[in-house]
Amino acid sequence: MVEDRPWLNRLVHLVLIMGVLIVAFPVYIALIASTHAPTAFTSGVIPLMPGDQMWQNYAQMLGTGLSTAGAPPLSGMMFNSLIMALVIAIGKIVISITSAFAIVYFRFPFRQLAFWAIFVTLMLPVEVRIVPTFKVVADLGMLNSYAGLTIPLIASATATFLFRQVFLTIPDELTEAARIDGAGPMKFFRDILLPLSQTNIAALFVILFIYGWNQYLWPLLITTDAKYYTVVASIKRLAEAVDSVPQWNLVMAAVILAMLPPVLVVILMQRLFVKGLVETEK
Amino acid sequence: MKRTIFSNQLLPWLLLAPQLLVTLVFFLWPAAQAVRQSFLREDAFGLKTSFVGPENYSALFRDYDYLNALGTTAIFAVSVATLSMGLALLFALAVDRLIKSANAYTTLLVWPYAVAPAIAGILWWFIFNPTIGILPYLLDLVGYDWNHRLQSGDAMILVVVAASWKQISYNFLFFVAGLQSIPASLREAAAIDGAGPAKRFLTITFPLLAPTTFFLMVVNVVYTMFDTFGIVDATTQGGPGQATTIMIYKIYEDGFLGLNLGSSAAQSVILMGIVIVLTLVQFRYIERRVAY
Repeated sequence: MVEDRPWLNRLVHLVLIMGVLIVAFPVYIALIASTHAPTAFTSGVIPLMPGDQMWQNYAQMLGTGLSTAGAPPLSGMMFNSLIMALVIAIGKIVISITSAFAIVYFRFPFRQLAFWAIFVTLMLPVEVRIVPTFKVVADLGMLNSYAGLTIPLIASATATFLFRQVFLTIPDELTEAARIDGAGPMKFFRDILLPLSQTNIAALFVILFIYGWNQYLWPLLITTDAKYYTVVASIKRLAEAVDSVPQWNLVMAAVILAMLPPVLVVILMQRLFVKGLVETEK
Repeated sequence: MKRTIFSNQLLPWLLLAPQLLVTLVFFLWPAAQAVRQSFLREDAFGLKTSFVGPENYSALFRDYDYLNALGTTAIFAVSVATLSMGLALLFALAVDRLIKSANAYTTLLVWPYAVAPAIAGILWWFIFNPTIGILPYLLDLVGYDWNHRLQSGDAMILVVVAASWKQISYNFLFFVAGLQSIPASLREAAAIDGAGPAKRFLTITFPLLAPTTFFLMVVNVVYTMFDTFGIVDATTQGGPGQATTIMIYKIYEDGFLGLNLGSSAAQSVILMGIVIVLTLVQFRYIERRVAY
């Protein structure tokens, strides 16, 4: 702040409060809708004050699901989403940190080529090559499996670059000292690089967990068995059945449950989240 | 470049193996298949495949639906980038003026980043529901009959609002970071010379934010081209008519629903070209920023 202008300060607060309201508005509406009985939606406009059916609605969605929409209980789907998010986040971090280690700390033939092969993945989002990738996964017999949900999404150029940046800032003296003390490459990796990258790993994990949890098109295509449905990819199936039988309260309960885990991660780990977001884009 | 390195020759390949294997099997091979497929045509029963050269591509540019999808994508990208970046810049400027409560506001503004695009779509779809939604109810009071199931303009507004809502938090965080990197002394000097807040914004803050703004423009275009698939699929499914069929949705429609593999592959290749250009533009810009 350069100078004190009381009217401008008040305006600034007004703008921000409006911003917070705009951002929260759709979620408030959904949250309210999820606390009502189905009859609340038959008369005119959606309710704006909480109802008293919250526990029944959430218990039904978590426990039995919506059989009319072909949707299994949300507890199972949320478990699948959790597995998917965790495997993608941890998998991306593991294969990227070892790749970055190889590229920074070794000289070997075709090193540049390996680097470019990883770089190219940045330009091939799954949506672009969706049909041939689906075919590969089908040929490998990976439809309707956790492996099929996660492995094709696990390569990560951004994570590899991030770790490469981190490793490049680690002073050579550390490596020399480790070598003089007789540490081999893997011991150096485990005892020096991993501890030094801890906060980067944590920040990256937050971003990648959200990325994995929010996957939509990929799980939609490769899961036809309800056992492997993820919650975000099933949201349309739930909402579509609604147009015939209005059960908005249940759909909105599902919406709230589907967004709760990643939103909590962002709110509880805000500092790591911001760090991860800004770093992965560098 | 490291001076101290390890001399093993096999170990680096073992370390790279998982990443390279996944890249090869699920990225490079399918991408090559898409390129190959884009020059082939299968007959209706999938029995015979013949090489047709660039026929799939030239057919696309004669296809009214495809040209329409190009236009729709452009309108969608520009609207989302403008709306979400405009609001984000406004909020970032506001937060930048505050000292005590900046953190609290930031927390309350950034969490939509974590909401999946498909979920964001459903949230706004509910609010805009023609029969029970709250916004159509309010619009009705001023005499506007909202119906995104029939009106193509309404459908476009629905997906633009949902996509922008989700993207505000991302743009906001980068604008805040950009504002913090502008030296306070510049603005203080201008204030001493008598420039008010509006003048300082136009002559100092906004020009110095240009790199951030440019970076965000590229990111937002990439976001609207790919990540918004969930929004379109969960709400309008490209309709009514073809009003919200963006390029990525058309690839999906033609490839999985229409089973027109050659055309879908040709569209994929064109889209890949666009992503490659955008990525290179983004990287050039980052190189420059590092040098600076």
